[in-house]
Amino acid sequence: MENSKRIFLKIAGVSALGLGTGILTPNVFASSGQKKEAGFKKDSNALTAKRWGMVIDTRKIESSDDLEPIINACNKIHNIPEIKNHKHEIKWIWEEEFKHAFPSKGNKYLNERIKDLPFLVLCNQCENAPCVKACPTKATFQRDDGIVLMDFHRCIGCRFCMAACPYGSRSFNFKDPKEHIKPETYNPEFPRRTKGVVEKCNFCAERLAVGKKPACVEASDGAIIFGDLEDSESEIREVLNSNYTIRRKQALGTGPSIFYII
Amino acid sequence: MNDKSKIIAGLVIFFIIFAFPIWYNMFKSKPAPELTLTEKAKAAKECVRSKEYMTKNHMQLLDVWRDKVVRHDTRVYVNTEGKEFKMSLSNTCLDCHSNKAEFCDKCHDYASVQPYCWDCHIDNPKEKNDGKQ
Repeated sequence: MENSKRIFLKIAGVSALGLGTGILTPNVFASSGQKKEAGFKKDSNALTAKRWGMVIDTRKIESSDDLEPIINACNKIHNIPEIKNHKHEIKWIWEEEFKHAFPSKGNKYLNERIKDLPFLVLCNQCENAPCVKACPTKATFQRDDGIVLMDFHRCIGCRFCMAACPYGSRSFNFKDPKEHIKPETYNPEFPRRTKGVVEKCNFCAERLAVGKKPACVEASDGAIIFGDLEDSESEIREVLNSNYTIRRKQALGTGPSIFYII
Repeated sequence: MNDKSKIIAGLVIFFIIFAFPIWYNMFKSKPAPELTLTEKAKAAKECVRSKEYMTKNHMQLLDVWRDKVVRHDTRVYVNTEGKEFKMSLSNTCLDCHSNKAEFCDKCHDYASVQPYCWDCHIDNPKEKNDGKQ
């Protein structure tokens, strides 16, 4: 009995010593190795802001013909499938009538220009985004610069976000989008989506990262002004200062970042 | 206590069934597949990291890249040599390794893993376009 206890303690002691040196040894090797650690950095051209926003100047838009190139530019760059059945269609940026875009502002004797004018609508990149709160997997999240973004890898397709979004800005891939993207307009630089995930406008996060403004802004010929809402010197703030603007369903308290000059 | 033979027979049968996956696959193992590199990949000589590292860790590397790009808006990778790469499966990895069937699939099939990367990240547009034109 006495003997086995002694042996046990000896073994335990030696093991503890071995364990201790085992922990120490990798450090010794690490300090002798000269290889640098791999790292990450941002593109030096990347556009940054505290809070990205957009002003859509509807005075510069006359008809659907003016919106077409804007919508097409986005669709092409982001490989948005063209599905005719409106229950299955995918929309990032599209046109809407005033009474639908601004349901609480539909006056009885509405100005004729506004009544017939197509309005450009897209994800509002809300300050207080209900979709972010609704998402059970954090696939939808808000970046520090205010952009509400989706991680398609993590989306489980529950569509809570679609129910939560008051603007209908989100679309679900009921069908495999692969079949509905024309090969001649396919943009290999941007991944397409898979069946079973929700998608929406990403405020061209991939373009901002390399120093380009969103595709719709570029294609709009000055009808869309894009910039930092928190920077009081920015062009967008100047435009907001000098024009009366409205936002969609503002009373809901989502804090949309898309402003419309009427 | 007279059931000794039955018990032993039972145990033998049990172990034979229990070890089914082992003996079933015993003489079927094939050597790991040889990968074919595209001309572009050959010319580049080394991937973003060493061959050994990539063979072993490309899935972890891609997972980190994905989080960095999507969630942290950091899109440039600086490898141990100080070389910079755009972190993009579609535009960086698959640009060199444009032969999915010969490169990716060969190993994945061998290891019986089915990653779904290509559901979204083009299984190569170059290959596709070549086929159509």
